[in-house]
Order: sequence, then structure tokens, then C-alpha cells
Amino acid sequence: MQLGPYAPFILSAYGAAVAIIAALVLWVVLDQRQLRRMLEEAEAKGLTRRSAQPVGGQP
Amino acid sequence: MRLIDLANPSRFLSVSGRFMPWLIGATLMAFAVGLAEVWFAPDDYQQGATVKIMFIHVPGAWLGLFGWVLMSAAALGTLVWRHPLADVTGKAAAPIGAAFTLMCLVTGSLWGRPMWGAYWVWDARLSSVLVLFLMYLAVIALWRTMDDPTRAARAAAVFTLVGAINIPIIKFSVEWWNTLHQGASVLSLGGSRIHVSLLVPLIVMLLAFTLLFITLHIAAMRNEIMRRRIRTMLMLQADAIGP
Repeated sequence: MQLGPYAPFILSAYGAAVAIIAALVLWVVLDQRQLRRMLEEAEAKGLTRRSAQPVGGQP
Repeated sequence: MRLIDLANPSRFLSVSGRFMPWLIGATLMAFAVGLAEVWFAPDDYQQGATVKIMFIHVPGAWLGLFGWVLMSAAALGTLVWRHPLADVTGKAAAPIGAAFTLMCLVTGSLWGRPMWGAYWVWDARLSSVLVLFLMYLAVIALWRTMDDPTRAARAAAVFTLVGAINIPIIKFSVEWWNTLHQGASVLSLGGSRIHVSLLVPLIVMLLAFTLLFITLHIAAMRNEIMRRRIRTMLMLQADAIGP
């Protein structure tokens, strides 16, 4: 594949696309990890949602 | 299972969790095929090798628009049916739509310099896409200004529906005004104006990026549901402790 005289523009465009997609994937993955950790910590403290609580309130 | 069953957040988490590995696999496969097609695609007879930028620029534009249309549909779900999963859909789509719109702007600019002699011109198509990107940033900021997700959802939904007026403006800007940006060539009334040797890789890349959007959107929706569950748990704890 020959990119010719415009190679810097083509490679920069693909580089920018990769960087934007990588940032997006990283945001989703890191957010998920942080939320899972927070959820585990909350559950370890015995916290539950209203729908998961027994009738009569929190145990 | 009916589609409406997915409207229950717990059901959504369960079903999407099962589909997620398949979606990731399909996305990676589509990108492998798409990038191979791009590698072997011929140069354009006028634009030379710079036509390769089209394979990432057009999906960026398509998904930037798709993101706002999806958010508009979700906004109707928020305002008409007040469904919490509609809020989640809208909120999760905003950063992803913004990222793809940014990708469209950056790659378009890098394509414009060698073809037009300028990175940027204030023509109707470029300006309206820049407005779309700014609207995405505004809706993300709106979500962050309010602690209560239900109030934020209503404000974001109204803003999204008002902003939807920009979508047909972007689409038809190249027909309504005299623009430096070329007219519609992938989808037009007379059929595609792109040669099949370039159209096939473009369609495969469009499919790959769309699968990526769907995968990231579902993952972001799952995160948002988790965030709301944690918020509910902490609020119930605060209520139990009392003033």
C-alpha cells in the first residue's frame, strides 16, 4: 500500500481516530471497574436497594 | 422474550450481560475484515490515497448523527413515558456521540487540508457539525449540573429535542447552501455515487463502527444503571441514619 505525498495526513487521521476510540473504551472500562468496586464496598457494608430489602425496612 | 421486557433495568442487565461477549466478538471481526478491505482498496482517481480517510470520516459523521437521533428517541421516552431506562439510554449515548462527532471533525479537517488547501472553512456542513459537537458537550454538562438524575434527565431531554432540529440541517446543508463540502455520495436518490471497490470497504467499516457504538453504548448503559443503584443504596443509608 503506497500512501504517496499525503501520507502524514492519512496517518494522522487514523492516529486521531485510534486515540479517540481508545479514550472512549478506556472511559467505559475504568468507569465500570470503579463502579463495581463501589458496589462491592456498599454491599459489604450491608447496604441494599429498596427492592432488595425485606418487608419492614433495612435489616 | 419481548423487546418491552428489556425496559426493566434488572432484565436489561441480565440480557445485555449475556450478549456482551458476542457483541465484542462481532465488533472485532467486523474491524478485522473492514481494515483488510481498507488496506487493499484502490486509490481514488482524483483524490489519490487520501480517500482512505473516508473509511473513518464517514462512519464518524454517521454515528455522530445516529447518536443524537438515538438520544432524541430516548428523550421522548423520558418526557412522555418517564421511563428510567430512557434516561439511561440518553445519558450513556452523549459522550459516545460526542467522540464520534469529534472523530468526524478531526479526520475531515485532515482530509480537507490536502484536498481543499484548508483545514477548516466556515461552510454550512462543517459549521453545523461543529454545532452538533458543541451541543453534545452542552448536554453532557447539563447532566452534570444536577445531582438528581430524574431532574437532569428532563432538562437534557428538552435540550436534546430542541437540538434535533440540527440533524436535518446537517444532512441537507450540502443541498440547501453552496458548500465546499461535497454533496451526498453514499446515499442519494440516484443510488451511490461511489465505485463499488471503495463502497464495499466503506460499508464494512460503517458496520464495524456501528457495532462498536452499540457495544460501548450498552456497556455505558450498564455502568449508568450500576451508578444509580449505588446512589439509591447510599441515599437509603442516609435516610436510615436520619438528620
